[in-house]
Amino acid sequence: MTALLDLKLVFVTGKGGVGKTTVASALALFASQRGKRVLVCEVDAKGEVARFYEAPPTGFAEKELLPGLFVMTMDTEASLREYLKLQLRIPVVGRIGPLAKAFDFVATAAPGVREILTVGKLCYEVRERHYDLVIVDAPASGHIVGQLAAPQAINDLVKVGLIRSQTDWMLDILSDPTQTGLIAVCTPEEMPVSETIELAVRVREETTVTMSAVVVNRVLHELFGRQEELVFDALSSPDPSEKLAELVGGDPVPVLDAARLAVTMRRTRSTHLERLREGIDPAVPLLYLPYLFTRSHGLRTTRQVAASLGEELGY
Amino acid sequence: MTPARPKRATPTPDGAGSLDGLLAAKEIIIACGPGGVGKTTTAAAAGVMAALHHGGKVLVLTVDPAKRLANALGLEGIGNAETRVPDEAFRSAGLKPRGELWAAMLDTKESWDALIRMHAPDPQTRDEILANPLYKNISGRFVQSHDYIAMERLYEIHSEGEYDLIVVDTPPTRNALDFLDAPQRLADFFSSRLLRWLIVPYRSKLVNVATKPFYQVADRILGTQFLADISEFFILFQSMYDGFVERAGAVQRLLSDRRTTFMVVSTLEGVPLREAEFFAQELTARHLNLGAIVLNKVLPAYLQGAEAATVAEAMKERSDELATSLAPVLGSVDSALGDEAQIRRVLVEVAESFLNFRVVALREAEEKSELGNVPEVLATVPFFDTDIYDLAGLVRLGEQIWD
Repeated sequence: MTALLDLKLVFVTGKGGVGKTTVASALALFASQRGKRVLVCEVDAKGEVARFYEAPPTGFAEKELLPGLFVMTMDTEASLREYLKLQLRIPVVGRIGPLAKAFDFVATAAPGVREILTVGKLCYEVRERHYDLVIVDAPASGHIVGQLAAPQAINDLVKVGLIRSQTDWMLDILSDPTQTGLIAVCTPEEMPVSETIELAVRVREETTVTMSAVVVNRVLHELFGRQEELVFDALSSPDPSEKLAELVGGDPVPVLDAARLAVTMRRTRSTHLERLREGIDPAVPLLYLPYLFTRSHGLRTTRQVAASLGEELGY
Repeated sequence: MTPARPKRATPTPDGAGSLDGLLAAKEIIIACGPGGVGKTTTAAAAGVMAALHHGGKVLVLTVDPAKRLANALGLEGIGNAETRVPDEAFRSAGLKPRGELWAAMLDTKESWDALIRMHAPDPQTRDEILANPLYKNISGRFVQSHDYIAMERLYEIHSEGEYDLIVVDTPPTRNALDFLDAPQRLADFFSSRLLRWLIVPYRSKLVNVATKPFYQVADRILGTQFLADISEFFILFQSMYDGFVERAGAVQRLLSDRRTTFMVVSTLEGVPLREAEFFAQELTARHLNLGAIVLNKVLPAYLQGAEAATVAEAMKERSDELATSLAPVLGSVDSALGDEAQIRRVLVEVAESFLNFRVVALREAEEKSELGNVPEVLATVPFFDTDIYDLAGLVRLGEQIWD
């Protein structure tokens, strides 16, 4: 399997709330720190990615936010305009108003058109070698399969026409495991793990894209070894905990309770981690990112996650 | 839940009581908010509580429940049909509900098919639509179709008058507001002038000056055959146009009815909370009823204690000395537990863990105090350190929110 950073196009997906955008931003940051020219493309246009680099929201035109790190926000209408200009040389500049309306209509009526313009733009950037690596902050796991399968779906639906002639080269890029990969982000919790396992199956069966890695976010570390846990249990019993209270001059019960909570949380989560390991093809590497206690978002977090990712990737 | 001292780990929820009022007074409760915050579970808990305490027939309409939650509701393996949660499930949890609890899962494809069957003017049109490749695509893959169908199904069930309360959990969307706009968007879509443009040439072979550029571009991009497929699809669909538009209007009215209320669910993490806040503002701006905000997975309040922090600091700083003093005490419990180095590691680890979680707990408390546009009902749900996998678990969660 090709090393993650040697790919040309990486889709990052995951259930809402698991840190998909954090991982996409951090991976891009890490790659750019390794000297690569990276484009991050945000597909669910919210302008969120820029916030992970402490920058104002981006648009369709890419912007270099950090050295070698470019960010753009997908806009299918702008993508169509660019496509028409580059590929068809159709003079639509003056008439973009009605065209946009018409486009919106067709795109709504014929699902797959919007998706193909998104995937098309991404594949175009890869084909033209404008960047070493294109990282996509892709739709949540429920919608990513539809997007990745769009070129194939269009191939089946549209028999002739320009869009049809365009899907072949896109499929070549998407199907090539040395160029394109998918990263699923999850947390060691019930729903995210179940969704990741289901996603792996659907990606294999319904798309031509290869799953390159699963990133497990917010992993809590093990507090105690077996013997240490016995010590901890004894410490929580009446005599020792009274002795401790006396020695430190305050009530240690909340502190001990917090540790108990941490141990239980870790234990619940580890059963889900086991389920994940069993449910995912062993050839797909699992990368673990620690739970961050200090900050939950912003460039500081992106940097920390980038560093952890780098370690997990063996750099 | 198996904390060592449950009393400490369970702070009193604030704002409770009036949430009970919502369960008693409203006919529809829509749970919404960002992904991954426990929306589905909270909606299920609301339904369970209503059935337990208020009686009547209560329906939980859910979108994509976790397997174990589906198990808890006795829903596994069932589809679109409303199914009653057996009394046996309540009995085995030691509960006796006053009313009936029903549950249904939303199957987008099946719901669309049912809608077509209802609106189609004749069997032939119905079969042609159901077999149309574009229709299959729209009903199965079209993201916004989930949003629309969830609201449509809610309307359908409500208008049948079978239930006293319907608790609905909204589908995960790109934008939490999509489902609110879905009925209107569908109506706009069918009323669109462009729709008529698109249908005209295949009906009368008449292409006018206004539509010509559109066809030139569309033809080159999509190909004539595809365009013809689209047209055929819309000609078929047009026969159902009036029904759909009327229906979309009715769904819209139901959403803003006084009997409907919205329950925004979030956690106190920065990103989801911002999204929930925005959502609450939007609901107000649209004159929809924001009934409650439920904050899930909140860390226990004892983590914020200043005295406990001092104790933790001391355990860390003076671990050597403390380990020496504690070794004989622990050794008397069990001689294997008297190892000083081991005791020291445990003390440091315990203290570190407390201080780490304290930062998160403080951040959450701060986020909560900064929360703007708060409705009268604001419930805080403590962090559950185990998963909810049965009815008893849902009741436990419900009690935290409602009692």
